[in-house]
Amino acid sequence: MKQQWNRSSQLCRRAEGPWNASKYEGNELSPAIQTHEVAIEIGGIPVLLRTEDASFRDLLENRYAGFVSRTARPKFEFDVDVGPHGASTDEDLQVKIQAGKWLLRRGDFNSEWDPRAGKGWIRQSANPYSIDSVLRIVHSLILAREGGFLVHSASAIRTGRAFLFSGLSGAGKTTISRLAPSDVTLLTDEISYVRRDGEGYRACGTPFAGELARLGENCSAPVATLFFLEQGPKNQIRPISSADAVRRLLRNILFFADDAELVKLVFRSALDFVTLVPVRRLTFLPDERVWELVD
Amino acid sequence: MTERYIARSSAIAARMLGGEMMIMSAVDSTFFTLNEVATIIWQAADGHTSLAEIVEKVCREFEVEPDSARRDTEQFVDELSRHGILLISDEPIDNPSARPTEAL
Repeated sequence: MKQQWNRSSQLCRRAEGPWNASKYEGNELSPAIQTHEVAIEIGGIPVLLRTEDASFRDLLENRYAGFVSRTARPKFEFDVDVGPHGASTDEDLQVKIQAGKWLLRRGDFNSEWDPRAGKGWIRQSANPYSIDSVLRIVHSLILAREGGFLVHSASAIRTGRAFLFSGLSGAGKTTISRLAPSDVTLLTDEISYVRRDGEGYRACGTPFAGELARLGENCSAPVATLFFLEQGPKNQIRPISSADAVRRLLRNILFFADDAELVKLVFRSALDFVTLVPVRRLTFLPDERVWELVD
Repeated sequence: MTERYIARSSAIAARMLGGEMMIMSAVDSTFFTLNEVATIIWQAADGHTSLAEIVEKVCREFEVEPDSARRDTEQFVDELSRHGILLISDEPIDNPSARPTEAL
């Protein structure tokens, strides 16, 4: 018995990836003299930032309060040269590997990182946004090698399990975070930190806040479910196909590098995640009763 | 008419999940999901099986007119080749690097 033929327009479906190729022209910078050190530990991975500027150290300690580690031994460290450097965040971000070193550049920062040596430098003005961006990029690169990722998603812990609420800007990440009842521990309302953990995944708190403007709690739990948020006429959980889940997840994963090998790693991580973790669509009104569906 | 051969590029990652073949180009991050017909074409793209033979295989397994199958298959192959996912040649493709990277 022959099967039904489908027209070529349905032979495949295409979705653009979130990453753009770009070119980078690097330059050199001598490392700064060690003066002040702040270790910022996100997802259990401490990154040491070293600066001569005491006011910038204070800025870091305030910005990342709750994520500043006094005991961790960082595997990665950066010398931060704080000065009158560019401040424009409009320029396209460029992330490229060259001779084993990652080169990161945007209008407001310039950075180089040698992942094997665990050392790098950052040149930026005294502001929290640039260092925030560099940390996101560095963690995304570290996670890609480990089977994890950063994803546009709110996340929260309830009864010892983590739930992710993913979607692009306007999908309701901050709204569902605001509606969370008191027994919920908020990990982030904007960017979730997902690490591979045995045969599953673990969501970790991040200091990367959205409109809620509140740092997540610095703790973690096994991921129970990933929900893709949609505004709808009622609170409802609906199924999603594996292909759609992968497509949406790839659209929401933060990945900046122009590097074919890492693209493959992130693709594999997204497929593994969808294979191991239940993924659903969650439509909500919004009102607080949506949390009755999350347990 | 010139015979054509197709092979899967090494610059991609692919895996079957939930009954669908998923492919991502490592070059431009384009993501494709293939239906059953496209998956058969994809799996037959070994560099040595001609496009005509692949169309015959499709016709054996699906209820479709040969002309229609050929036209649709060529469109599909052309689209994936534009993204570097499939390689097309007038001669058999014997390059081991043309084998796909399965994202297992």
